Formats: sequence, C-alpha cells, structure tokens
Amino acid sequence: MKANFSAARCLVIPAVWILLQTFSTAASADRLDYVRPQILPPPPNNAITAERVELGKVLFFDPRLSGSNWISCATCHNPGIGWADGLPTGIGNGMESLARSTPTVLNTAYNKFQFWDGRARTLEEQALAPIVNAGEMHQDIGMLVEELAAIAGYVGLFEGAYPAEGINESTISRAIAAYERTLITTDAPFDLWVAGDEAAIDDAAKRGFELFEGKARCTACHQGFNFQDDGFHNIGLISKGPPDPGRYLVRPIAAVMGAFKTPTLRELARTAPYMHDGSYATLRAVLEHYNRGGDVLEGLSPEMRPLYLTADEIDDLLAFLDTLNSIDPLTETIPILPQ
Amino acid sequence: MSFNCKYSPIFGLVFGMSAFAQDYVVDQIDKSFVVDGAPVESIRVKQGESVSFRNGDPFFHNIFSLSDIQIFDLGSYPNGEARSVTFDEPGTVEVECAIHPDMYMTVEVE
Repeated sequence: MKANFSAARCLVIPAVWILLQTFSTAASADRLDYVRPQILPPPPNNAITAERVELGKVLFFDPRLSGSNWISCATCHNPGIGWADGLPTGIGNGMESLARSTPTVLNTAYNKFQFWDGRARTLEEQALAPIVNAGEMHQDIGMLVEELAAIAGYVGLFEGAYPAEGINESTISRAIAAYERTLITTDAPFDLWVAGDEAAIDDAAKRGFELFEGKARCTACHQGFNFQDDGFHNIGLISKGPPDPGRYLVRPIAAVMGAFKTPTLRELARTAPYMHDGSYATLRAVLEHYNRGGDVLEGLSPEMRPLYLTADEIDDLLAFLDTLNSIDPLTETIPILPQ
Repeated sequence: MSFNCKYSPIFGLVFGMSAFAQDYVVDQIDKSFVVDGAPVESIRVKQGESVSFRNGDPFFHNIFSLSDIQIFDLGSYPNGEARSVTFDEPGTVEVECAIHPDMYMTVEVE
C-alpha cells in the first residue's frame, strides 16, 4: 500500500473492520480484544490535515534537519527496513553508535509513551528530541529555524500547514508528528482471522495464538491491536556495555530499573534485530530468551519466569507472529525537497 | 471524576498485606484506577486515613508516589493482592503505576 499523505487515510475504516461486521458472529470474544481501533487517539492541538502531513513528510526526509545536513529522520527510520534501520543499535552524529536500537515509527500513533524509556508522552513532544540530541542529529534548533526560513519552498509549506504561525519549534514538531501519525500498519493475516476468516491463518498459527495467550504468557505485556501495553518491563537481557537504567531515568522506582517500553509485535519480519539493544537477530532467539525466563535475575520483572515451551510450541509461536506482518506493507515515495 | 465516599472498614489482613484498617479501596482494573466499579482521577481522604490499592488485573502493578508531601513505593504485586498506604500529611499526593505509567490519580488529603 502506497502512502498518499491524505488526512483521509487516517479516517478510512479498514477493510478488516467491515469484514468484522460481516463475520461478527464468527469472531470469538477473545479475538475482539485485537480489533483495530476505528479511530486514532486524538492528537493534542494538532488536527491532521493534508497540508500538515505533507509538510511533515518533507521534514521527515530532509537531512538538513541535522547539524551535519546529512542525517534525516528517515536515515534511521527507513521505510524500506520497516521504518527502522536494521541495526542492533542506531548510528548517530559522526557515525557514533547509540546505546539503544531504533524503534519502528509504525503505529507510534497508538503509543501513550514515546522512546524506549517513555520520556515523551506525545509524538509532538518526541519529534524534536532526536534532532537536537548531540548524539543523534546534533542540530541547534535556532539555527534550524533560520535555515528553514531561508528556503522559499518551506515558507509556503509552513504557511499552508499552520497559517500565520510561522516556522518555529512548535510547527516543526507538530508537522513531523502529523506525518508520523499516518504511518500505520495495514491489515495482516491475523486481522483477517480476527474478523472471522478462518482460512486466513494456518493451524500452526492458531496453536501459536493459544500459546501466546496461555502457556507462553505473552499477553502479560503484549496486549490489544498493537500488541503492547504502554508499560515498562525489565526482561533480563545481558547488557553489552554499562547497564542501561531505562525507565528508571524517568521514574526512579526500583521496579523499572533496566525496564523498557513494550514494543509492538506488528511487522516483526521487517524490524530485526530485536529488543531495546538489538540483542537478538532472530525471533527464535527472542522466544528462547523468554523460554529461559530471562538471563539476568537482578531487577527482573516478576512476569518473567521459565515457560517450558517445547520446540514444536516455539515453532507454533513463530507461525503466529508471522501472521502479524502486513499483507500489503505501507510503502513510501521519497519527496523532492524544497529549495 | 472525584470520589469522597467512605467505605466500610476493610481489614488489611483480608488481603494479607497489612494489619491496619483500610479506610478506602482503590482497584486497578484494565490499567485504570477504579472505585466502586468506576474509573477515578482523584479521591479525597482525611489525614491519617489509609487507602488499599488492590490489583484486579491479570498482571503485576506497582503503585508509587514521588510527591513532595509523601513518597512511597508499594512494590510489584499480582492479581488479587492489595497493599495499603496511610496518608499522614495534608495536600495532593500524585499516585502512579511504575509499570503502566498511564495509570495516574491523585489523593487529596484533607
């Protein structure tokens, strides 16, 4: 599915919802927990318009947003790699490796917290942080405003998106957030099955779903349509460097020392490697980690415990997770940047 | 929504966590703070009264406050368990879940 930047894109009732109405008697109650929300959570003071989405897209792909004029948002959030970067951890200014992996921006519209440690509540709050972060895009925001204001094409785009508001931190962050809010996963086989199409996923995936909700205890954290809980958990990963306090930096409470936000499970086939530090290259390795109950016991979430899954059960879980990949993934056309 | 309804005392030993009488019960259900079946954003208590936070979700919660007037951390506890805190100082105490921080309420201590 090609992105078309129309605000209407966010309002279209997905085909799967229509299917759900058709097959509602077939869809069991537990499956209803996974139905796609009909509307996105409302943005704060930033109604989605075509002009805002268009401006946000251009900004998202423009490397002039970085201090080096070489790194754009899309450098790390690459549409061709699941809107992430395919690396264990991100690479920022000066080709320096970052401490955490680049999360996909897909479905971040549904998140109540942004970043692995949840330090931003909204996409608007999040959007500027990587731009000004010295380790990431290393841009002085005052200089960025001046640079953009000197580009005639941007002046018109900002005026169209935010009339009479000008080019400033607020309009830059709101435009990027408006665009990101349109980056939503499309229907996956699992969604068709939720809607009542029994043939949409195979028997192994169905067994995997039962394990997901049962013996494997995945739903302790991976819940609902977006398979996350807006929660923070220490899952016992072995640190590759100095231990990362994670959420504890935001809320110094013992339970969240080394805890990170539960990520979505959608589009996993396109967003390897996995975990907040890119620890695992494959989903099988991820499941084996959970099957062991984690590796580091200090600070470990009480939700973590050995699962005693058999090899066949892990195969079934993998089959289920594979049904969460969009049938027709969201793609994007790189914009011509204003001059 | 604010509640100021005084509950019949419920003894903490029922929930296995405290020997102190509980003046109020706040449930955690569907990652929300709930009183008497309805989500709440704030409750009012009197100085010296206790609130029991009872986990009704099938996963752990961890209720805490880092408010200026009172800091507490009830730790992580599972479904069916309750832990209580006594509010000794007047003012507004912000209460959150560390694991699910969208869970937020205030306790107005009078």
